[in-house]
Amino acid sequence: MPSPTEDEVAVDPVDFSKAEVNANLTPDEKMGILRQMLRIRRFEQVSLKYYNQGAMGGFLHLYIGQEAVAVGTVSLLGKNDHVITAYRDHGHALAVGMGMNECMAELLGKATGCSRGKGGSMHFFAPDKNYWGGHGIVGGQTPLGLGLAYGLKYHGLKGCALCFMGDGAVNQGAYHESLNLAALWKLPVVYIIENNKYSMGTTLDRSSAMRNCLAERADGYGIVWDIANGEDLYEVRAKTANAMRRAHEQSLPTVLEIDTYRYYGHSVADANAKKYRAADEIERYKTHHDPIRLWKKRLLEEGVTTDAAMDAMDDEIKLEANASAEFALASENPSPESIFEDVYWEVDNQTEAGNTGRHFFGD
Amino acid sequence: MPLITYRKALNDALAEEIMRDENVVLLGEEVARYNGAYKVTEGLWERFGDKRVVDTPISEAGFIGMGIGASMLGIRPVMELMFWSFAYVAWDQIINNAGQVRYMSGGLINCPIVIRGPANGGTNVGATHSHTPENFIANTPGLKVVCPATAYDAKGLMKTAIRDNDPVCVMENTLLYGESWEVPEEEYTIPLGVADIKREGTDVSLIAHGRAVITALKAAEILAAEHGINAEVLDLRSIRPLDEEAIMKTVCKTHRAVLVDENKPFCGVSAQISSMIMEQCFDELDAPVQRVCALDAPAIYSPALEPIQLPTAQRIIAKTLQIL
Repeated sequence: MPSPTEDEVAVDPVDFSKAEVNANLTPDEKMGILRQMLRIRRFEQVSLKYYNQGAMGGFLHLYIGQEAVAVGTVSLLGKNDHVITAYRDHGHALAVGMGMNECMAELLGKATGCSRGKGGSMHFFAPDKNYWGGHGIVGGQTPLGLGLAYGLKYHGLKGCALCFMGDGAVNQGAYHESLNLAALWKLPVVYIIENNKYSMGTTLDRSSAMRNCLAERADGYGIVWDIANGEDLYEVRAKTANAMRRAHEQSLPTVLEIDTYRYYGHSVADANAKKYRAADEIERYKTHHDPIRLWKKRLLEEGVTTDAAMDAMDDEIKLEANASAEFALASENPSPESIFEDVYWEVDNQTEAGNTGRHFFGD
Repeated sequence: MPLITYRKALNDALAEEIMRDENVVLLGEEVARYNGAYKVTEGLWERFGDKRVVDTPISEAGFIGMGIGASMLGIRPVMELMFWSFAYVAWDQIINNAGQVRYMSGGLINCPIVIRGPANGGTNVGATHSHTPENFIANTPGLKVVCPATAYDAKGLMKTAIRDNDPVCVMENTLLYGESWEVPEEEYTIPLGVADIKREGTDVSLIAHGRAVITALKAAEILAAEHGINAEVLDLRSIRPLDEEAIMKTVCKTHRAVLVDENKPFCGVSAQISSMIMEQCFDELDAPVQRVCALDAPAIYSPALEPIQLPTAQRIIAKTLQIL
């Protein structure tokens, strides 16, 4: 069982819509949440189409199926709250407000991409939106998330860092080192384990030793932890809000494990259903646990909207996604000269330091 | 000009930068209450307190990565590795995060961090504690690396490293911490990427960095006294950025070069310098470029043997005499 604490906000264990953070949502905000989830899904569906046509290189790790996690958590962010994640990063990027154009262009390696074509799918960044990537090495971002929290505390700001990771990252040493430091120094970081049950093609039971769940390991560090059902957007928000409050009010870390599921493979290049899971498992999730389908059902039940209005929104978002592909395809490739840009700040800014000594070497 | 130790020069640089910029924070194992494993940070915790001088657990990947993350929000962490040999447990953080995040973000992020500590053999602590990874760091575009050889350089380079807006690795040397040099009382900085002629000469150029500069200076004295050879000693000081112009200038002056390097020979810093001299000064050379490196095996413990594994004045003299 999750370890309860005095600062825990009481929430109805069945219906998280009554949690304060959800009860106060306006109809517009609820529709905004739907919009963000649909943007992720439609963006990625279009990206998949172009990936399969050979328009982009490398890997494409799709987030489809997990949308309620990124959107639910990010919907709570304030001015001094920051986000960092791993390589399955499109969802968080769009959730923090990045445009589809710059994201799609990055997938195609274009100069107009959010990282000027230098990062690709795994490396989206938007520091102006408190979004710090987009990191390719499993677990490698966990100390960076801690550093964001350290920076906030050092500056005396009331904020927190949401550091996302997959269930495959929990066995990396850097994560455990981060948990120790987070607890030791009381840093306002929330580690969010998006447990989609598979670390690439290896099931949870074949990769991670645990008593009851992955988050429970935090007990060993004296860190409060919790688990959430990632298909229920209200639950995601309620439990993330608790963790964020703990960070804001007490400057304490939390580990929050959110159960979720990805419909596609680890990356598109992955054998997915053919090798390590059954096709009917995926179908079962799509039919009964899909976060967008469930949110739409909620909105109808609550009388917030109509099917027609949601369909109209979806159509609009499909247009946006297709337009982003047009934008990306029409964009220029980065220039060969740009290979040597964005390596050193001092060189890019043509400072005296950047102009002293040789920074780049020929063959 | 007062004589102060390499250790004190670093200590003064750190203290001055802590006072100059409220975002500078020292982090590392034993840097605060213990006063530093090698006493480089002695007295700083007492002077500046818990916020500015922070003891970390033995957790290099964790605290180095944390410092990198904090630097993205404008903190300027100066992180001590008790030995640069311990960097390997934080390698992903140093190479992938500090080294690549600016590029991966298309220039949206920069990491103004310093990672510092000793990187040397010669103290009988065995192979795991005797690494000299400046060549590895220099092989990573996005990172900078400096190897000061004197107290004067250590202070000036450290202050510049802290003010630099890119990640800078400062490789110190435990065998130099207790050595003294003249250091001015007034403030000064030394730019990265500027080499320094430590001894003027005409017959051969001994090109080195870090403690190898001191070894080269000793060799130069013996060459002058016993062989009538006037060697110039060029101290690279900074490996990346590199003062290529100073290298070519001294080679064009003496027409002979012996590169002295405590790296292992294969893909060591001197291998790069040698290639550059060959490409740019081929017609100026009167003899093949020579190299004196650490002997190509893991650092041996034996106190009887370790001194000869590192470049010695005798080996420098022998290589010099081969081409003169």
